[in-house]
Amino acid sequence: MMAWLETTWLTVWGVLPPEVQYTVWTLTKILAIVLPLMLAVAYFTYAERRVIGYMQGRRGPNRVGWYGLLQPIADALKLMFKEVVLPSNANRFLFLTAPMLSLAPALAAWAVIPFNDGMLLADVNAAVLYLLAMTSITVYGVIIAGWASNSKYAFLGAMRASAQMVSYELAMGFALVGVLMAAGSMNLNTIVQAQSGGMFYWFALPLLPLFVVYFISGVAETNRAPFDVAEGESEIVAGFHVEYGGMAFALFFLAEYANMILISALAATFFLGGWLSPFEGIGVFGVGESLLAEPGLHWFVLKTFIFMFIYLWLRATFPRYRYDQIMRLGWKVFIPVTLVWIGVLAVMIVGDIGPWFGGGA
Amino acid sequence: MRTVSNWIKSFLLWELLIGLSLTGRYFLRPKVTLSYPEEKTPQSPRFRGLHALRRYPNGEERCIACKLCEAVCPALAITIESEPREDGTRRTTRYDIDMFKCIYCGFCEESCPVDSIVETRIFEFHFEERGEHILDKQKLLAIGDKYEAMIARDRAEDAPYR
Repeated sequence: MMAWLETTWLTVWGVLPPEVQYTVWTLTKILAIVLPLMLAVAYFTYAERRVIGYMQGRRGPNRVGWYGLLQPIADALKLMFKEVVLPSNANRFLFLTAPMLSLAPALAAWAVIPFNDGMLLADVNAAVLYLLAMTSITVYGVIIAGWASNSKYAFLGAMRASAQMVSYELAMGFALVGVLMAAGSMNLNTIVQAQSGGMFYWFALPLLPLFVVYFISGVAETNRAPFDVAEGESEIVAGFHVEYGGMAFALFFLAEYANMILISALAATFFLGGWLSPFEGIGVFGVGESLLAEPGLHWFVLKTFIFMFIYLWLRATFPRYRYDQIMRLGWKVFIPVTLVWIGVLAVMIVGDIGPWFGGGA
Repeated sequence: MRTVSNWIKSFLLWELLIGLSLTGRYFLRPKVTLSYPEEKTPQSPRFRGLHALRRYPNGEERCIACKLCEAVCPALAITIESEPREDGTRRTTRYDIDMFKCIYCGFCEESCPVDSIVETRIFEFHFEERGEHILDKQKLLAIGDKYEAMIARDRAEDAPYR
């Protein structure tokens, strides 16, 4: 039976023209990325409520299913059955386009993330540029949502959000320039390979200031606490998505969390050696020979989870920044810091300092 | 010197790390929330919940229609009408408590000279129909009959402190 199925499958597959084969294969890969990602987004919202609850001495949602594990599914069902209310005088087309415009780039950016050596959807040589472009397009979703809602709170939120995202884009871009200089490539797979050799070879060490700047800018870029003035529930109710309800709102929510996971994955890729094992090449206690030293998907996922947890940790800890302080931090602190460190980095590379650049990179 | 150390501190995110370590400690600490239907907080015998009218052990109702509770009620939730009974004693013909008005202050219980109107430990009650929130004499007496053991025990426990 199985053999018969296999032969039929192979004949059917073989008959298909190569273009169709390519399309089907790519679609399968996309599904293999997007479905786990969506699941991760759903359970990230659950984890957020749980973790923040724990940090506030509460328990968080624990009623729906075992330990509340069905909570995100219940939330999703609720949002799906809710009506999408169109505000009067809102621009219908833009109002409904905006949520899609904010979710699509958040998903599209995953095309270039390497999950394991060579395990990525598109092996693009200008991957870093592609990522910068994709994360910038998210701003349009926010601006359009705020504009199309025909509401002053949404408009103010959109203004704040876009100004903030544009400002932090710069610091983020400069931090990535440092990574490019250190790795000598824009291909994410090559960037990760340039960090091989154990945890002391990761870029987090020589690029520590850039690493910190990158992650903090990432938090600001995704409009998360403590940089969530764009939402500011206590001042402008919910910012750019006040007027959204039901599935349209759910899309914004998905986009926000997908972006957070994306930034976490990128921080892991750029600075913590992506799929590489931290114990690679370390002989102490025999960890160097055991499974722990194997590079693989699990290390990538683990590192991403660490950053995702830090996102929640930051939100549970810090109060919201004042708007002018956010701007000051972005323009007057982060950009000078990154510029100075790029200079230092150039000296380090030319001087072949440390284990990172000594190999004649 | 101060400025330099402040600069170094702010670049090392020192204060932020202190904050993070605080929330990190709370993350691992035992939680204070009770899982309500399964776990409940301990109750005092003085707990002021649902009202009840008590009877003497011989079955005679305690209330003598003195109307002190009606007079003391700050929310004007109690309405009493009274008439002499056949045996010549004064009894209530109507004793209504509007549970929507009641603020559970316990003044009625304090004012009662015969320990007739009391507030019990019961706090998990609800109304399903309009008008049910007005507890009349029959309902109050029924509650008193049903929980007499608990009510008597709570009064006895609290007696030394009165």
